[in-house]
Amino acid sequence: MEPVIGLEIHVELKTKSKMFCSCSADYFGHEPNTHCCPVCIGLPGALPVPNKTAIDWCIMIGLALNCKIPLFSKFDRKNYFYPDLPKGYQISQYDQPFCIKGDVEIKIDDKDKSIGITRVHMEEDTGKLIHSTVNGKEVSLVDFNRSGVPLVEIVTDPDFKNAKEVKVFLQRLQQIVRYLGVSNADMEKGDMRLEPNISLRIKGEKSLPKYKVEVKNINSFKFVEKAINYEIERQKEILESGQTPEQETRGFNEQKGKTVSQRSKEEAHDYRYFPEPDIPPIKLTDLEIDALKDNMPELPDAKLERFKKEYLLSAYDSEILTREKSTADYFEEAVKIGKDHNISPKQIANTIINKKVDIVNVLPAELVKTIVAGTQTTQIDKKELEEIIKKVLAENPKAVEDYKNGKENAIMFLIGNIIRRIGKRINPNQLKEIIIRLIK
Amino acid sequence: MNLNSLTLKEAKKGLLSKDFSSVELTKACLGQIEKYDKEINSYITVCNEEALKQAELSDSKIKDGDDSPLLGIPIAVKDLYSTKGIRTTAASKVLENYIPQYDATAIAKIKNAGAVILGKANCDAWAHGSSGENSDFGPTKNPWNKNCVPGGSSSGSAASLASDMCIASTGTDTGGSIRLPASFCNIVGLKPTYGRVSRYGIVAMASSLDSIGHFTRTVEDNAMFLNVTAGKDVFDATTPYIAVPDYAKGIKNGIENLKIGVPKEYINSGMDPVLSDLFQNVLTEFESLGANIINVSLPHTEYAIACYYIIQPAEVSSNLARYDGIRYGNDRSYFGKEAKRRIILGTYTLSAGYYDAYYKKAMQVRTLIKKDFEDAFKNIDAIVAPVSPTLPWKLGEKVNDPLKMYLSDIFTVTANLAGIPGLSVPAGLVDGLPVGIQILGPQFSEEMLYRVGYAFEQKTKHYKEKPKL
Amino acid sequence: MKINISKVSKLANIILTDEEKTTFEQQLSEILNYIEKLNELDTKDILPTSQVTDLENVIREDKTKPSLEQENVLSNTKSKHNGFFKTKAVLSELL
Repeated sequence: MEPVIGLEIHVELKTKSKMFCSCSADYFGHEPNTHCCPVCIGLPGALPVPNKTAIDWCIMIGLALNCKIPLFSKFDRKNYFYPDLPKGYQISQYDQPFCIKGDVEIKIDDKDKSIGITRVHMEEDTGKLIHSTVNGKEVSLVDFNRSGVPLVEIVTDPDFKNAKEVKVFLQRLQQIVRYLGVSNADMEKGDMRLEPNISLRIKGEKSLPKYKVEVKNINSFKFVEKAINYEIERQKEILESGQTPEQETRGFNEQKGKTVSQRSKEEAHDYRYFPEPDIPPIKLTDLEIDALKDNMPELPDAKLERFKKEYLLSAYDSEILTREKSTADYFEEAVKIGKDHNISPKQIANTIINKKVDIVNVLPAELVKTIVAGTQTTQIDKKELEEIIKKVLAENPKAVEDYKNGKENAIMFLIGNIIRRIGKRINPNQLKEIIIRLIK
Repeated sequence: MNLNSLTLKEAKKGLLSKDFSSVELTKACLGQIEKYDKEINSYITVCNEEALKQAELSDSKIKDGDDSPLLGIPIAVKDLYSTKGIRTTAASKVLENYIPQYDATAIAKIKNAGAVILGKANCDAWAHGSSGENSDFGPTKNPWNKNCVPGGSSSGSAASLASDMCIASTGTDTGGSIRLPASFCNIVGLKPTYGRVSRYGIVAMASSLDSIGHFTRTVEDNAMFLNVTAGKDVFDATTPYIAVPDYAKGIKNGIENLKIGVPKEYINSGMDPVLSDLFQNVLTEFESLGANIINVSLPHTEYAIACYYIIQPAEVSSNLARYDGIRYGNDRSYFGKEAKRRIILGTYTLSAGYYDAYYKKAMQVRTLIKKDFEDAFKNIDAIVAPVSPTLPWKLGEKVNDPLKMYLSDIFTVTANLAGIPGLSVPAGLVDGLPVGIQILGPQFSEEMLYRVGYAFEQKTKHYKEKPKL
Repeated sequence: MKINISKVSKLANIILTDEEKTTFEQQLSEILNYIEKLNELDTKDILPTSQVTDLENVIREDKTKPSLEQENVLSNTKSKHNGFFKTKAVLSELL
């Protein structure tokens, strides 16, 4: 048996205003029903007008996921009834989304794997339901502050084989949208929501299974693997007993660590999509798409490559430093300051990575100061130092030759010699840099 | 002459020259309502106090030299328009207690222009209907013959104006809901180009078809009113940035040598013979005004009703989904029969497996109908056609036969499908009942429609005929 | 053409009486038969018209405006609790 997993991921954008009205989209933690207007509570006669920034950001996400951007796109109505859906339909995109056919490379056990992106489209969020008991009666309470907040839905091809791949992809996606600065993508806060579609087939089979199970309510990164693995095991058991799992939506129950059946999918899903008559279609030009591309911030991959080249860092260091954009920015700021104090990028990288620097509270300038202080004991004249090193190198041609041939240890032998000659404590990394420069 | 039967232009002139006050004018209208509306039933809500307060305010503004276009003019508003603080029911029990927290853009503009809102006019619930009989607040009667329908869906708006209970009134036209009642009540009604007037805040019927218009006694009044309501609205994405001219300005330029098309499909379609005769007279009048009458063809006309009765209920089914009784209003069991019928029909045609065969197909046919007009307007300036194939019918006559009722829109739905403007102008009486004609033009050609309508009106003066209440 | 009225009314969230079901079934099939007329037309290469005045790209800048006051948001509901709208419990398994 082999799992076949595709993902639907919702990412809430952090625009200032909502998708179709001018209410503030910053709803988290506010009093209920205080970020609402006729449009987002669906009063009679209210009409939507789309948010330009949200559309731009949706397209930027698509571009970052290597999607094609069709020149014609439109909004559609997705019709269904639910108390948190004020208009009785969600404005979404059906057959002509903003972004189609992309792919993302992820690394699984040091091997590259490509995940296909089916589509990326724009829609609006629903209100929030809270289940409660009022005067002894079970009720649902509705807060529409979240209603109409811009939501980008990313649908992947069914390219995942296990929960780990999903988790790695999700981290990758989170990193990308955070780099773009379009969402906090915080799963715990609901800015990023994962709905995997899971089914199983016999290993080696090409066609997709006849059923799939959608899992909802995975509200934390730490439950992603757990929920998927549980569902895979559940389906395996059913299939091994000779039956086919039911096509349905299941919710993940955190307390029980289980998925629980919710509603039969075929029956509930007749969304009666049709083109949203209140919003004229969106036409783009290649020029506009290029302009969006040009305005996009540097993405993780590009930054990693640049760090390797520009700062002569290892792939490992570069990867750690670029994992979070805030760390990468911190590093580059410190490098700029460090330059005036003869502190190398490598020294800064080492300090950040090895000493686990608190980048929120320690200013880059303070960090550089600490590094400088740590190297102060070795204040000797640069010229003098270089003379000593040159001498040692000349005296040990074999070690130099060995190092050139790839024997890393040879350089430690040289450093040891030099330190003994100087007779003082000195930063070996600094020596190493000079040696390498002189050998080249 | 009673103040309440003045034209908008006359009323404005009288107010500005202080021949009478807005309070007097408003009281005259309210008095007429008091006297006759029990029988006509053209209002769902009458705002006596608010109206008089507004009239007083208008009078003091007039004293201060304010000459806003509708200052002190009492108007009736179709109960589909959201009015902040004034109950807005859409003539449905679902919204019987709904009080909007905001004004529709058209209301804001009308208020800003100084108008006095007398009350909320009756209509078919949710604007579903051609007769006014679908109102959950009782049918409106035709002031010309109280056994007859006034035409719908803007029934109360038309009847109240025809009964001198206001100086002008607002309506909506999704498939003929302004032009038909205007025609049945001997008044002037404009269905503007789609998007010319903002839909924001007006209870949506079928979003791709809804046009926001109004009723007046004369063509010139109508142009003055459109000057107030037309224009881009940032709250309605379907309103374009197209300049709003002074619609009343070129109104008297005449129609000499104008090419007026008469679509053969509207003449050879089983129209009541008396109406055919009357229409021939209308054409003769146009010729005598110097226009050239040209026969044209709109070949897809016969598909218009089928096309319309797919698109419209589909959009209705979606637009009425918000009425779930949670945030406002009563729950869905309060919908009347016609709304339920349309919701079911629209839900069906949009449902899985039927979308391509119905909604998409209809939107394609819509393209053909739109193209019919575009082709025709290459050779002509405007089209003149009847509004209705019949005279106003008896109350109750069609209520149990929805298809028959739907077919009464046969001459009007085409303009909504093509998004073009249509002006309904009185064309005379047959058996004591009014008959109107509609003048159609290319999108955003309202100026020209007014010119044509004005020439015809001034020649024939049918608008001067008044019903005996 | 016959509509499965029960199924469609469920989808439309409309409860119909048996009498309504019967009359609607008959009336709607009559209307659908009439609508069939459109099949006389070949529309294979015709683009659908959903925006009749050919507008496109109508968007707004990402700026906020004040929202309604909470009491105004809730002013038309019959059922509220602590600033929330209150409604029948939606079965949590439906979530």
